[in-house]
Amino acid sequence: MKVEQIAIFLENRSGRLAEITGILAEKGINIRAMSLADTSDFGILRLIVNDTENARKELKEKGFTVGTTSVVVVEVKDKPGGLANVLQIIKKADLNIEYMYAFTQKSGETGLIIFRFEKVDAAIDVLIKAGIRLLSGEEVYAI
Amino acid sequence: MIYNEEYETLPREALEALQLKRLQSQIERIYARVPYYRAKMDESGVAPGDIKTLADISKLPFTTKEDLRKNYPFGLFTVPLERVVRIHASSGTTGQPTVVGYTKRDIAIWAELMARCLTAAGATQKDIIHNAYGYGLFTGGLGAHYGAENLGATVIPVSGGNTKRQIMLMRDFRSTVLLCTPSYALNLAEAMVDMGMDPKEMALKVGVFGAEPWSENMREEIEKQLGIKAIDIYGLSEIIGPGVAIECVEEQKGLHIMEDHFLPEIVHPETFEPLPLGEKGELVFTTLTKEAFPLIRYRTKDFSRLITAPCSCARTFYRMEKITGRSDDMLIIRGVNVFPSQIEHVLISIEGVEPHYQIIVQREGTLDTMEVQVEVSDSIFSDEVKTLEGLTKKIQNEIKDLLGVSCKVKLVEPKSIQRSEGKAKRVIDKRKI
Repeated sequence: MKVEQIAIFLENRSGRLAEITGILAEKGINIRAMSLADTSDFGILRLIVNDTENARKELKEKGFTVGTTSVVVVEVKDKPGGLANVLQIIKKADLNIEYMYAFTQKSGETGLIIFRFEKVDAAIDVLIKAGIRLLSGEEVYAI
Repeated sequence: MIYNEEYETLPREALEALQLKRLQSQIERIYARVPYYRAKMDESGVAPGDIKTLADISKLPFTTKEDLRKNYPFGLFTVPLERVVRIHASSGTTGQPTVVGYTKRDIAIWAELMARCLTAAGATQKDIIHNAYGYGLFTGGLGAHYGAENLGATVIPVSGGNTKRQIMLMRDFRSTVLLCTPSYALNLAEAMVDMGMDPKEMALKVGVFGAEPWSENMREEIEKQLGIKAIDIYGLSEIIGPGVAIECVEEQKGLHIMEDHFLPEIVHPETFEPLPLGEKGELVFTTLTKEAFPLIRYRTKDFSRLITAPCSCARTFYRMEKITGRSDDMLIIRGVNVFPSQIEHVLISIEGVEPHYQIIVQREGTLDTMEVQVEVSDSIFSDEVKTLEGLTKKIQNEIKDLLGVSCKVKLVEPKSIQRSEGKAKRVIDKRKI
């Protein structure tokens, strides 16, 4: 139930983001979800794409520093308390969240939350046992 | 292996007697032939006859780059230009170029010294020597070239630039010895990997690197990445060019000075008083055999100390400790002396950090600020902000611990720091003082 995410190091310079999306567009790679963490000096762009391996290869060839990490994609009901319920479970199990970001599906009935856990396997166990629906990589890439 | 067994293993007593004889005749010649030197010596109240022992050298005035500039271009030559067969010059980025000349005999001696150096590094006439030092006015390319030919090795005069082609030639010719600056050696290793090659599959076994100060950590990095022995060579165009001193492959610990041709001294960097053997200070050289362009007590601005302990390679020449800084490279940041090599030392000692860095110095108001830019390689990159921020803090703290001066560390994208094809440009000083 792990989903591959790529992370790209960015200096805070204008046009870098456009360059990355341009490279992916040219190769027909589709971005499923993204988040940008930024500090005053640099940024880390995190992407889930439909072709992780190719995206990584293309970006590396263009000279970017690229890493891949495993994240967990959780489906939550798109209504008040949907996310709170999941976070309660995570809190009770004492799981550390490094960061998270959200995106919605086309249908609009459920939201998807992407979690980067410190201990990803333990987190998957806990969430599945609590009856939370996790999306597989194939499901996410095919959205 | 020793190229010139007779001279390189001369007992100290005989060596020093030879040095004194050569020094005396050199001083006499210079005094008689160069009005500028004669005036300086007269002013200091010293005559050639006052040099009775090697220690008497301290009576003679120093020569500095400033003296060379004042006599630009040929004012300090001791032979008429018709006897000069070659001219070299420094790049002159900080002022007038420094011009040096050689007679036929000077060139022959230089070629021998360079052959001695290559032999000390383990090269023989069977080797294929890839010479990536720049050919031209810079002494590196031609100096190394003549030495390699003198040794009887096969020399590839590739000079600087066009890195991909260099790698192709190196691979196809099965070159065994690499001559270039240490920063270019790392640049080559990186480019090989980029081209999908394993640097260790090259036939290279040894590299002789010089023309810029480099740290022990950088040596380890080069040896690891290229799978070779990395040997330090020292020289400066004013004295002769590359070939003034060399590490032996047996020890790689200190560089044997070609003492039968150059007399080294270590002086206090501020008072310029001679320091006792073994103490660290500014390195000063007097040439003993140069014909066209001899120098008396030339202040190199390089910091080192002399090692007098016998060496397992059997050479009797004293060794100078690897240069880790030049007073020219030295930055003064808020009153603290900082050498780029110290920053390099910190960076390379941190796991995964690559030695591609640049130091930017600025003055904000009255305060100097130093920014160290470090490229983010795959091995130190993380998708988490806190990990990268932790890394910059760690580097900042270690620099502060070592130098006692705080700096800002900025992570930059790979390859955003310009790669050198000769001497690396480590410092950008934007201060307007």
